[in-house]
Amino acid sequence: MATLIIAEHDNSTLKASTLHAVTAAQQVGGDIDVLVAGSGCQAAADEAAKVAGVSKVLVADNAAYANQLAENVAKLVAEVGAGYSHIMATSTPEAKNVLPRAAALLDVGQISDILRVDSADTFGRPIYAGNAIATVKSLDAIKVITVRGTAFEAAAAEGGSAAVEAISAAHDAGVSSFVSDEVAQSDRPELTSAKIIVSGGRGMGNGENFAMLDSVADKLGAAVGASRAAVDAGFVPNDMQVGQTGKIVAPDLYVAVGISGAIQHLAGMKDSKYIVAINKDDEAPIFQVADYGLVADLFEAVPELDSKL
Amino acid sequence: MKVLVTVKRVIDYNVKVRVKSDNTDVDLTNVKMAMNPFCEIAVEEAVRLKEAGVASEVVVVSLGPQAAQEQIRTALALGADRGILVQTDEVLESLNVAKLLTKVIEQEQPGLVIMGKQAIDSDNNQTGQMLGALTGMAQGTFASEVKIEGDKALVTREVDGGLQTVELAMPALVTTDLRLNEPRYASLPNIMKAKKKPMDTTTPEELGVTIKAHSEVLRVDTPEERQAGIKVASVDELVDKLKNEAKVI
Ligand SMILES: Cc1cc2nc3c(=O)[nH]c(=O)nc-3n(C[C@H](O)[C@H](O)[C@H](O)COP(=O)(O)OP(=O)(O)OC[C@H]3O[C@@H](n4cnc5c(N)ncnc54)[C@H](O)[C@@H]3O)c2cc1C
Ligand SMILES: Nc1ncnc2c1ncn2[C@@H]1O[C@H](COP(=O)(O)O)[C@@H](O)[C@H]1O
Repeated sequence: MATLIIAEHDNSTLKASTLHAVTAAQQVGGDIDVLVAGSGCQAAADEAAKVAGVSKVLVADNAAYANQLAENVAKLVAEVGAGYSHIMATSTPEAKNVLPRAAALLDVGQISDILRVDSADTFGRPIYAGNAIATVKSLDAIKVITVRGTAFEAAAAEGGSAAVEAISAAHDAGVSSFVSDEVAQSDRPELTSAKIIVSGGRGMGNGENFAMLDSVADKLGAAVGASRAAVDAGFVPNDMQVGQTGKIVAPDLYVAVGISGAIQHLAGMKDSKYIVAINKDDEAPIFQVADYGLVADLFEAVPELDSKL
Repeated sequence: MKVLVTVKRVIDYNVKVRVKSDNTDVDLTNVKMAMNPFCEIAVEEAVRLKEAGVASEVVVVSLGPQAAQEQIRTALALGADRGILVQTDEVLESLNVAKLLTKVIEQEQPGLVIMGKQAIDSDNNQTGQMLGALTGMAQGTFASEVKIEGDKALVTREVDGGLQTVELAMPALVTTDLRLNEPRYASLPNIMKAKKKPMDTTTPEELGVTIKAHSEVLRVDTPEERQAGIKVASVDELVDKLKNEAKVI
C-alpha cells in the first residue's frame, strides 16, 4: 500500500494545503510519495522533501505543466498514480480540477472531500451541504480521494528528508492553453489557514463598507471572508466566498457580520471553534450556531468593536 | 454549433434534508425536488449563446428516474430545444454518468458541453472533469465567463486567489460557477410551448453502458449539531467574552 499525494505549489513554494493531505495519507498508512508537477519547480520539490512523513518526491518539470492545465496534469497523475493504492490531494480548486479527470483515465471513481479515514478503503464525507455525513467504502483498486483541509491537521513542514527523483514523462494534450491570471493581492492571511476570520454579508450594503471589516481584521490578524450574496452583489471578489460551494473554513474564531446564516453558508464555517454573529434581526438563523450573538446594527457595532480592540 | 447541457434532478436547495432513522440514506419522500442550481446556470448560458446566434441548437440531457423529465421540461421552458432522458432507477455514480454522457456525445456531436460544477446532493464536483477525460475534451471548470471565438472557447475560471483564463480547443466542456450568469424564470407561454418540444428517452442498455459500482455507502449519519450559545447585550460584553471566556483574541 502506498499513497501518491499531488502537491499544490506555485513552482517556487509548496502550498500549505498539501500538508493536510499528508496527514490523511498517514492515517491510511503505507508509504507516502509526493508528485510535484510544474515548470521550474525544483524549489517546491525540495520543500516537499522536507515534509515529515514523506518517503519520496517525484518531480515532473516540464513546460506542459506550467499552469497546471488539467488536460496535461491529469494524464501525468494517471500514469504515475497507476502504481499506487491511493492518490490524494487536498480539495482546493486546483485539485478539484485535476483529480477527477485523472480518476476517469484510470477508470476509477473519486471520493470527494473526506472528513475522516476509517480504514484504507472507508472514509467519511459530507453530502447535502454537510447536513448528512456518508460513510463510503471504495470498491476500486486505486482510491482517488480529495481531502477536506479543515478536517486534518497540517503535517509538519520540516523534519523529513525524502529522496527527490526526476521523472521525464511529458504529457501535452494540446487542447488547452493558459491565457492570463487575475490574482487578487492581499497582505492578509489566507482564508483557509487563518486563525480568525471576519466575514461580511449582504447586510454590509456595499463594497466600500468592507473597509470596516478590514480594519477589525487588521487588528486581529484575521482574514476577511464573505457570503455568496456579498460576492454576487459585487461587494468583494469571488475567492472570498465561504460556504458549500466556496471555501470551507474552520478557524478558532469566525465573526459573521450581516450574514443571515443560510445552510449553504453554514456548510462552509460551522466547524469553526467559536462563532460570533452580529445581525440586526434577532431571528436570523446564524444565531442558532453562534456562541456569541449580538443583535445590533452592524454600522454601529462594528466601528465600536474596532475601537475597543 | 450544437450545445449540450446536463441537468440533474436534486433536492430543492432550500430544503434541509434529514437522515433516515435506519441510517441507510437521507429521507427524500415528499421532499421538494428541483433542477440543480448549477445546471440552471448551465441552461441559461446555453440559451444565451443561442440568442446571441453562436449556438444553433440546445440539447438538454438528464440521467435518472422517469421523474427527471420534469427538470428536462423546465430546461425546455427556459429555452432549450430538445431533451434526452437516460432513464434508470439504478444509483448513478459520477463515473457512470460520465460514461453514459460519453455515448450521448458520440451520437449528438456537440461543439460545446455545459454542466454544473457540482450537484448539491452528492457535492461531488467531478462529473464534468471525468467526462473531459473520457472524451478527451478540454475543460473549463468553475467558469465565471465563457466566450466563443471561432473554434476556440475562452473560459474564465474561479480559482484560489482570483481568476484564471484558459483557451480551449472545441469541442470543449465547461462547468458553471455561480457568477457565470443570473438564470431567468420560465414564462407561462414558454412553459406551455415546452410541452410540445421533443423529448427522447433512452436507457443505459441502449447506450451499451453497464453501470458498475465504484463505491458503497455503508451508512449515513446526522452531523453533530452545534449548540446555540448566548446573546450578548453589548460590544463590551462581546469583547470580554472573546478575551476571557473563549480566549481567542
Ligand atoms: C447552489 C447554491 C450554492 C450556494 N453556495 C453558497 C456559498 O457557498 N456560500 C454562501 O454564503 N451562500 C451560498 N449560497 C447562497 C445562500 O443560499 C444565501 O443566499 C446567502 O448565503 C445569503 O447571504 P447573506 O447572508 O449575506 O444575505 P442575506 O440572506 O440577505 O442576509 C443578510 C443579513 O444581513 C442582516 N443585516 C442587514 N442589514 C444589517 C445591518 N445594518 N446590521 C446588521 N445586520 C444587518 C439581515 O438581518 C440579514 O440577516 C448558495 C446558494 C445556492 C443556490
Ligand atoms: N444524473 C445526472 N443527470 C444529469 N446531469 C448530471 C447527473 N449527475 C451529474 N450531472 C452533471 O454533473 C454536474 C456535476 O455533478 P457532480 O460531479 O455529481 O457534483 C451536475 O451539476 C450536472 O450538470
